[in-house]
Amino acid sequence: MKVAITSTGDSFDSMLDSRFGRCSYFVVYDTESKSSEFIPNPNKNASEGAGPASVQLLAEKNVEKIVSGEFGMKIKSLLDSLRIQMIIIKEPKSVRDVTALLNH
Amino acid sequence: MARLKRLRKILNPPSMKGFKPYGQESDTEEKEPVTLLYEEYEALRLCDYDNCNHAEASAIMNVSRPTFTRIYASLRQKLANAFVECRPIVVEGGKIYFDSDWHYCMKCHCNFNNPDKDRSIESCPLCGNQTFETHNSELETAFVMSGNCAEICVCPVCGEKVSREPGTACNQLVCSSCGAPLNRRAGYRRGSFKNQ
Repeated sequence: MKVAITSTGDSFDSMLDSRFGRCSYFVVYDTESKSSEFIPNPNKNASEGAGPASVQLLAEKNVEKIVSGEFGMKIKSLLDSLRIQMIIIKEPKSVRDVTALLNH
Repeated sequence: MARLKRLRKILNPPSMKGFKPYGQESDTEEKEPVTLLYEEYEALRLCDYDNCNHAEASAIMNVSRPTFTRIYASLRQKLANAFVECRPIVVEGGKIYFDSDWHYCMKCHCNFNNPDKDRSIESCPLCGNQTFETHNSELETAFVMSGNCAEICVCPVCGEKVSREPGTACNQLVCSSCGAPLNRRAGYRRGSFKNQ
């Protein structure tokens, strides 16, 4: 199963990005093969519609869960219809911490 | 400084974005729409569709009874304005949060929702722990709707928009790209309606 994590940088030590649509990087982590892919977010500086565009990007990668600090309101209904689960972490955590939790 | 508005709980968001008048007498260009806030739509639904009284509806929306009555009064005025002046109605914005199926994991302190309504959640999707509770108070700040009442500051030089934390003033913030002090968004509290 693939999980998307919003990240502030392109390494496992970077912190989880608290924004979803305008995060710096998306990490697409595969819990079965333990492989990960860092995708720079093309919508980082978009003035509008960054959230839905990011959802589209991740939906093409067939992710089933998204881990982030916050989701905008346009996104919730989109993700509900795509049946993608949202996970909100309010505490500062690094990408490595999140992937470790996913490998419970 | 005025006390911050309490977040209003919305059970059923509207399934449309607004209404348009048709068959006007005079063929004038489209008039400026009336903006209904989500909380006002919810007040209308609870009061006049579900036949709740103000006290019951205020408890459902998690505001005081007088505040609910003010929301309802503002709604009535806006609807009357729209009907009489043949103006379209747009439903957007408001100081609200949505009540939906959210859970909170006691072990890794994350919040998660259930995307598949047909299946119930058995364990935390992140850490696999089986102790979680269902609630939504933690999420109140996560889903503040933006719209005409959004707390947004605008840079007067480059026009960049920055959302501000409730309780901070725009002129204390500076633009990240050109360093100019920010202004409150133009059009905020536009019109004759006072937002409660």
